[in-house]
Amino acid sequence: MSSEFFIELRNVSFAYGERAVLKNINLRIQRGKLVAIMGGSGSGKTTLLRLLSGQYQAQQGEVIVDGKNVAKMSHGELYAHRRRMGMLFQFGALFTDLSVFDNVAFPIREHTSLPESMVHDLVTMKLNAVGLRGTQDLMPGELSGGMARRVALARAIALDPALMLYDEPFTGLDPISLGVIALLIKKLNQALGTSAVMVTHDVHKSLDIVDHVYFVANGEIIAEGTPEQVRAAPSPWVHQFVYGEADGPVHFAYPVTTSLESDLGLQGGEHV
Amino acid sequence: MFDFLVTPIRNLGHTMINAIWRLGSISHFLFSILIYSGQCLTRFSLVIREIYFAGVQSLIIIIVSGLFVGMVLGLQGYNTLARFGSSEALGALVALSLLRELGPVLAALLFASRSGSAITAEIGLMKTTEQLDAMSVMAVNPIARVVAPRFWAGVLSMPVLAALFNVMGIFGGYLIGVVMIGLDEGTYWSQMHNSVDLHFDVINGLIKSLVFGIAVTLIAVYEGYDATPTAAGVSAATTRTVVTSALVILALDFILTAFMF
Repeated sequence: MSSEFFIELRNVSFAYGERAVLKNINLRIQRGKLVAIMGGSGSGKTTLLRLLSGQYQAQQGEVIVDGKNVAKMSHGELYAHRRRMGMLFQFGALFTDLSVFDNVAFPIREHTSLPESMVHDLVTMKLNAVGLRGTQDLMPGELSGGMARRVALARAIALDPALMLYDEPFTGLDPISLGVIALLIKKLNQALGTSAVMVTHDVHKSLDIVDHVYFVANGEIIAEGTPEQVRAAPSPWVHQFVYGEADGPVHFAYPVTTSLESDLGLQGGEHV
Repeated sequence: MFDFLVTPIRNLGHTMINAIWRLGSISHFLFSILIYSGQCLTRFSLVIREIYFAGVQSLIIIIVSGLFVGMVLGLQGYNTLARFGSSEALGALVALSLLRELGPVLAALLFASRSGSAITAEIGLMKTTEQLDAMSVMAVNPIARVVAPRFWAGVLSMPVLAALFNVMGIFGGYLIGVVMIGLDEGTYWSQMHNSVDLHFDVINGLIKSLVFGIAVTLIAVYEGYDATPTAAGVSAATTRTVVTSALVILALDFILTAFMF
């Protein structure tokens, strides 16, 4: 019998060399839910996604996806796990030497032996789902940022994955593209019934579409809850992040030991 | 107190350890390519596509360079041979110089500059723009899908390009010696025919170019795959490909010549 939770992280720690990025993370994601992981730059959000995809191995703790420990998967099991997974990269990561059609067809051709006529129909349906039917002959260089992200989304869902990972899907998009992509992510999550993890900075747009939110700071989960709970959360960490304030427990400025005056060569208002 | 002694020794040690580490790393990489080359055989169209980029698109530079090298050999060779009254041996001189040394070496240097650097830059940029990561996350091995086809395309293209370089060089020598200077055409070809041995000269030259092809393409794909994923990193990797390839070609040429001839 499958567990209620599709993803479980138990006491997970990860460090790049001496620098600890994730410290004793515990996190559970229910099947079919869209969950956001938020936090400042360098807080370990993308590392968390890479642990889920098996690109990195946790140095401590367990990463369980659909009842299987990712770290203990064999090479074949890991690839089987990835075949059931889709990932939207921050800037799309489209294959620049392939057309839009070939990009979306790539995972289908690699992992199935479907006839080319069926590949054509599947690609057309996926492109239609992201509102880009008719762009199949364009090259990635001919697409805008928002269109590239939507093509990447079509490619990520090409094999109807059981798990979707979104790495900063809203970065650098204009408000219209941002709204369209956010709506697409929500619709796809509902239509395909996939479990999805979204790493993002965009607080307000994310809170509109996700089922649950985790806040990560200094490598730890500092708050979690539904969007409503998060908006009303008393935590100064969450408040600062949700309302985008410079002052608060998360330091905006890089820590320095010298004063601005001394760095500018000014003492007592005079240039020395 | 002994810093002036310790620092250079430490730097030398660091350089040597780094060089050995890279040698080990590139050997491991070659092993991975060989392990994951099965897909290249079942989907040979991937290799054909890369042969077009690495081999066919190098044809112009190979043909033009071969022609000019042959013409220079014809001019210089005639001037030198004429001093000793042996100008009829021009055909033999041009052919042997090209088949044994200049053809394989110069074609490999040109291949490293044109296709090796392009392969490194392409793979490096794919790494920088997360295309290799995307492939890996889609359960497609980038070594099998990206690296191995380029490797085999380079290995297969190199001997053909070297052979073409030789043909154009011999033709260049003919243009200078026979058409321009007026040597007897029959003498030019018969001297060449009598001096050149198929196995000793032609086959050994092609074996050399095959070895150069393996070395250059391996360096190119390794440097691209190992590049730091930044603009500066890809630029540095591309430079390393050209410089390392040139040095390795010349070193291998010396070793192979010592064993073959």
